[in-house]
Formats: sequence, C-alpha cells, structure tokens
Amino acid sequence: MASAGADPGLLSGECIIAAIKASAIEYVLSVPDITTSSGLLAPIAQDKGLRLIRVCKEDECIGIASGLSYCDKRALILIQHTGFLDSINAIRGIAVEYKQPICMMVGLLQHEPERAPRASSRYGVRIMEPILDDMGIAHHLIGVDADVAKIQLAIEKAYTESAPVAFLIGRSPA
Amino acid sequence: MMKRDECFRVLARHIADEAVVATYSSAVDWVGVAPRVLNYTSIGAMGLDSSHGLGLALGRPDKRVVVLQGDGSLLMNLGSLVTIAAVAPKNLVHLVAQNETYEANGGHPIPSPKVDFAGLAKAAGYAAVYDFADLDVFAQQVAHVLEQDGPVFATLHVEPSKPLTYDYPSLYDPAKRRAFKAAWQAKD
Repeated sequence: MASAGADPGLLSGECIIAAIKASAIEYVLSVPDITTSSGLLAPIAQDKGLRLIRVCKEDECIGIASGLSYCDKRALILIQHTGFLDSINAIRGIAVEYKQPICMMVGLLQHEPERAPRASSRYGVRIMEPILDDMGIAHHLIGVDADVAKIQLAIEKAYTESAPVAFLIGRSPA
Repeated sequence: MMKRDECFRVLARHIADEAVVATYSSAVDWVGVAPRVLNYTSIGAMGLDSSHGLGLALGRPDKRVVVLQGDGSLLMNLGSLVTIAAVAPKNLVHLVAQNETYEANGGHPIPSPKVDFAGLAKAAGYAAVYDFADLDVFAQQVAHVLEQDGPVFATLHVEPSKPLTYDYPSLYDPAKRRAFKAAWQAKD
C-alpha cells in the first residue's frame, strides 16, 4: 500500500521492514505517525514476525524498550518527531545517561524530502538533528532506498555498544 | 491509613525471584526493607516505572514483575494503565502507594487527592483490581494479589512518610543495573 504523499520507488516500506527484521527486532513500540502510517505501521501491524505494542504516549516506549533490553529482547520505537521531542527527558535519562540501546525510527512530520532536515522550513524538523547531536545520539537520515542499508548496521551497533540510535524518516515510505 | 514502609515489610515476606521496579520514595522504602539484586530502581524519568515493568514482564513471561509506584509518578504516565491493560501481561503486579503528595519533590499535594486509581485501572481493563487502606487486610490478601493472573493493580492508601534520604547515586548505580540484568536473565 502506498502512503499518502509517498514517492513510489524512492523509499520502500517493505525494504525498511525487512531491515528491521534482519536486525532481530522482535517488538515495535509505536504511537501513530502520519509519515510512516501507511508505509510502515500498517504493514507492521499485519506482520506476524513482529509484535506491535501500541502505546498511549511516546515516552512509554522508552521505558518498555529499556525493560525489554534487560531481557535481551530487541525493540524498535516507531514515532513522530513531535513524540520524540515530547519524550526528551526519558531519552535523556534512559537512553543517554543509562546508555541503553534505545532504537528509534522517527517520522519527520511535514518535512520536505528534497531538503536536508536542518534546512527544513518546519521548526520542529529543523531542530531534530542538532538536538540529537547535542545529546550524543547517533542518527541516520532514511530518505531513499539506498539509506535503508544503514538500519541493520546501526541497530547492531546500538545493541553491541549499548547506546541509542535514531533513524529519521525523511519521506513517506511507499 | 497505612504506612508505606509497613506495607512493604508485609510485601517483602512474599517476594522471592520477582523483579521489583520502584522509584523515588517507594524505592527508598523498598530498598531499605528488601535490599536485593532483583530490585530495579533506575527509572530515568518520573512516571516510567510502570512502562519499565511492562517491558520486563514481556521479556520474561516465566517470571513475575512487581511495580511499586507512587501516585505522583502514575499521574505522569496514566496512559500506561491503558497500554498495560491492552497488552495484558499475566505476570505483572502494579502497586501504587497513594499518599496524595509529591513526596520526593517537597511534599506538595498532587492536583487532586480524590483520584480513584483503582477505579482508573479497572476502567482501563486490568484483570484484577484492589484498594487497601488497612494493613491487616493487606497482609491477609497480599499473597493472593501476587499469585493471580495479571495484570493486577492495587492502591495502597498510605500516609506521607517522615523526611527520607534519597541516595540517588546508589539507586541509579550502573553496577546495580548490570547485576540486575545478569540475575534477571539467569535461567532457573
């Protein structure tokens, strides 16, 4: 299913989901995000190889993922950048100060895919990478299919080094 | 009205290999009563105790998880009641000490002392819900509370305690997190 505003052929949701599964992710923790709604969340909800936990507020995901990590269970948090911003304190405490392998896939709401996030006309998008940099959180822009190869390597690194990582989804996956 | 530390002394008699998730005043009292490797006190952000507990319960369905949360903490993460009820982990027991104050932040009152947390948990869909204000009744029923299929919720109506000493470096000690992880992952 192509998502609203998707550019067919530029970013495949199917490829992203394959990368998530190849990374041994068992749980996807999510609050819906319109950028990733049709191309990622909807198919993940139907995927028997992943367990989707729908939460009420994004910071819950940080706690749940931390608890799972103590059981050596891998989780991916699928949220919107507004939810990331709302969860900064939990990310600060758990992901950064406790050095937990919190893996976040963050849809950039209303981002113009032809621009770099730092050059976005949307203030909330523009501040994402600088905030991640200030917090010392590794991040990767996933804007085209060629970027998807970064996902598995970065998740492996996050769990190996017990450190957070963020993937910024720069366009609606088809 | 009960005292939180007295409730926890009663509770501790029934705790064996469960993970106990606690923070702030509940963590201070619990660690004082029951210092043990399977205490999980690195919460990272107020209110997330219940969410950490859900993650631990999902990851080890063969073990039980007990969350000791304060009322101020739960108010910061009320949505977790709905999430936990929807996920419905049978091995999660969620106890909330209601003293009607933000005790760790100066003892100021929560926005309303009339909050019916047990009622909220019941409405959210917890499998079993309790409300305790008498220590003898709690002592009589605590074993059943801990044993039945969850998610189980109980409010413990307690007095604000005397000023506590919050030893955060100890509660958040990375070595304790590592020890917890090793013990929690150990197979029986």
